Amino acid sequence: MAEKLEVKELAEVAVRFSGDSGDGMQLAGNIFSTVSATVGNSISTFPDYPADIRAPQGSLTGVSGFQVHIGADMVYTPGDKCDVLVAMNAAALKTQYKYAKPGAAIIIDTDSFGAADLKKANFATEDYLGELGIDPDRVIACPITQMVKDCLADSGMDVKAILKCRNMFALGLVCWLFDRDLDIAYNFLREKFAKKAGVAEANIKVIQAGYDYGHNTHSSVANVYRIETKNKIPGRYMDITGNKATAYGFIAAAEKAGLKLYLGSYPITPATDVLHELSKHKSLGVTTVQCEDEIAGCASSLGASFAGALAVTSTSGPGICLKSEAMNLAVIMELPLVVLDVQRGGPATGLPTKSEQTDLLQALFGRNGESPMPVIAATSPTDCFEAAYAASKMALEHMTPVILMTDAYVANGSGAFKLPNLADYPAINPPYVPEELKGTWTPYMRGENGSRYWAVPGRQGFEHILGGLEKDNKTGAISTDPENHDLMTRLRQDKINKIPVPDLEVEGDKDDADLLIVGFGGTYGHLHAAMDEMRAAGKKVALAQFKFINPLPANTSEVLKKYKKVVVAEQNMGQLAGWLRMKVDGFVPYQFNQVKGQPFKVAELVEYFNNL
Amino acid sequence: MTYNASDFKKGQPRWCPGCGDHFFLASLHKAMAEIGVDPWNTAVISGIGCSSRLPHYMATYGMNTIHGRAAAIATGAKVANPNLTVWQVSGDGDGLAIGGNHFIHANRRNINLNMILLNNRIYGLTKGQYSPTSPRGFVSKSSPYGTVEDPFRPAELCFGARGHFFARAVATDAPGTVEVLKAAYNHKGAAVCEILQNCVIFNNGTHDAVYSKEGRAKNAIYLKHGEKMLFGENNEYGIVQEGFGVKAVKLGEDGYTEADVLVHDAKCEDNTLQLKLAEMEWPVALGVIRDVDAPTYDDCVTAQIEEVKAAKKYHNFAELLETNDIWEVK
Repeated sequence: MAEKLEVKELAEVAVRFSGDSGDGMQLAGNIFSTVSATVGNSISTFPDYPADIRAPQGSLTGVSGFQVHIGADMVYTPGDKCDVLVAMNAAALKTQYKYAKPGAAIIIDTDSFGAADLKKANFATEDYLGELGIDPDRVIACPITQMVKDCLADSGMDVKAILKCRNMFALGLVCWLFDRDLDIAYNFLREKFAKKAGVAEANIKVIQAGYDYGHNTHSSVANVYRIETKNKIPGRYMDITGNKATAYGFIAAAEKAGLKLYLGSYPITPATDVLHELSKHKSLGVTTVQCEDEIAGCASSLGASFAGALAVTSTSGPGICLKSEAMNLAVIMELPLVVLDVQRGGPATGLPTKSEQTDLLQALFGRNGESPMPVIAATSPTDCFEAAYAASKMALEHMTPVILMTDAYVANGSGAFKLPNLADYPAINPPYVPEELKGTWTPYMRGENGSRYWAVPGRQGFEHILGGLEKDNKTGAISTDPENHDLMTRLRQDKINKIPVPDLEVEGDKDDADLLIVGFGGTYGHLHAAMDEMRAAGKKVALAQFKFINPLPANTSEVLKKYKKVVVAEQNMGQLAGWLRMKVDGFVPYQFNQVKGQPFKVAELVEYFNNL
Repeated sequence: MTYNASDFKKGQPRWCPGCGDHFFLASLHKAMAEIGVDPWNTAVISGIGCSSRLPHYMATYGMNTIHGRAAAIATGAKVANPNLTVWQVSGDGDGLAIGGNHFIHANRRNINLNMILLNNRIYGLTKGQYSPTSPRGFVSKSSPYGTVEDPFRPAELCFGARGHFFARAVATDAPGTVEVLKAAYNHKGAAVCEILQNCVIFNNGTHDAVYSKEGRAKNAIYLKHGEKMLFGENNEYGIVQEGFGVKAVKLGEDGYTEADVLVHDAKCEDNTLQLKLAEMEWPVALGVIRDVDAPTYDDCVTAQIEEVKAAKKYHNFAELLETNDIWEVK
């Protein structure tokens, strides 16, 4: 097998690690992406893990995948399909082969393709390659399990612990395939297992064994792939997932604003990593409270905001349902609060580990009464940092709850993050009530930008009450006066409308595009890749990706009306298109709507767009 | 700084004439003046309901929030700003029905909150439906044939959630209420004060046995830590142990003497007898029933932050970035 592997000089390559959910595929994928990023490749990753708590070993539903896309130039997505597929067992091969390009190299552990394994994976015969139509020449078949056992025979480890290292053998093979410097992987492991030196060294030994196996067995066709490095932006980088970048954005904003960061949260897939990340950083004074429920997550954050903190609550769609009452209270109390919605598949529990953009209208409208709230959607894993910073700044300066939307794809995916310098970021200046207003100040008195002042408890002479009942716009006392309620409704709306947001940027053939692609948030990479592909084929195409959704950028109407054809592509049934139609007179776009819980496929986008 | 009750007063309460909330409010003003915490370092946080209007009549910082969430909102305020003295005010519906989850978890976590539960055993604001503290068989607009459910007993719920402080007072009993509120303030941790309060419109007379001074003399016992549990107009009754429970006896009858009367121990870690006292129907136990020291959540959060600060080498965002695997592109 694999006699015909040849050296390929590629601009980009996607590798998919797949195996049983206990096989450590996420770790192997992470290490490979870090190693690749470290040598200067651009990276984009996408973990695809099962929703089952723990599916039976070797079963089709228990397969976990991790795709890494590396490129010499910018890569925008984890790639539709992979060039190399690692399948640690029969079920992985069966379910993941569809993600492999024709002619992709396939690495399998032949020890996990016994009769029982094949049966669990629903293979009818022993000719599993034949059943799937795989050319055996593309397969690197190795007895990984046996070799790992041999490799660690003298380690004193038990069999269970030894078998946990199988992923590292596969990683070693892939590193050989891409001529990667193993020292970087070793450093990664030594740091990860700093307190378990034995585990680190065992893993390292197995990686080396995998690498050597590749080298010895296939030396005649060594170094099959080479990815050059063309990254043009010098600087210091780290690999970061969207959720981690979001957490970092909140930390950065709190520091810039000189405030304590408070997170009230309840664990929920796929948002929990934000809670995990922030809980680590007590040395920065970050306070996290894992509450009794989603309601308390939001409610306690609002209490923290009242008490003077930068308050954040993190969740996914089902949690937004529960938080909406307290979010609404934040609207009428006009207190700063950031509500993070890491979108997943819905409705109800839906597809907890999968990605959609189906919460947009919920974010915009899902509360009783007139309840305007700014909405910001991060466009990539690294953009989560910028979006979290922007959301925090907006909340604090405009005294309003802000919804920050990401999604499972962006949250779990990762990219190379150029280390930000906080000094380069805009100042955050909440409208603290000026001391000279003491005596004349009332809680709903407004400053220039239309937001009320913030009087944090502890300040003498500014004692006041806020509440969920409508207030008189002057005295702040409870009021049911019809004119006052109408006025307060408008004041709250105007305040949001007036929030300055950057203009909508148009990329690609912005002057003469025949087609404008419009999207929002996490689909940016796929839509950009689709545009690039169409332009490479000679088409005139542009892309406008919304990050600021409420309020919309001032040039929205101008951009949308400039092009002959406009298509709004989103992972829902047309929520952004509907919102834009509501806001832009006469705007009737084409729509591309897909709700599969999976990222877009660039090839499908291109095909659809070409046919418009 | 010394304060008068009027320093904590604001506005004109809009409760029905004769509502127990009026009495309680006056006691709260008085207690706050005697406690002496500055109004600007005090926050009063309520949910929704008649009694939850209370923060509007306080010259402190205040929040009149949404139904049931007062304890959760107060938790965030206290944890984010431990320097604030936080009073959380709820009725029996707000605190034990829609907000029951937050009530038990605030107790379990032992957040340093003064949690006031104004118990009139009825929904007043929505005009007369039974509440989770209404007795079985209670007839109301939403239970015209009587309820078919058992009520919560607040002390039992508090103890079940591992609460460390529970006290009870009658709204019309100003000295008793002030004393209980001051004890709640002095207790570090979640301090539940059940205030027995009459709703003159929808549940008039629900606490009649103890609502008047004369009634309390006959039907209530003021518990004091370290003192014998005697009650009655002439202290002619006492609480004695019987089997696994307690009972009220008349001294001199059935061979009981003062020597048999139990001494109240509010500080006892084991809440078994305290629960028995709280659940007595006659006499009704008033005063501080349980007051046991325990680490508070907010103190522990602060301490843990300080501990980790001392242990970790990164203390700002720039230093945090450096803890990652970093590569340089030149």
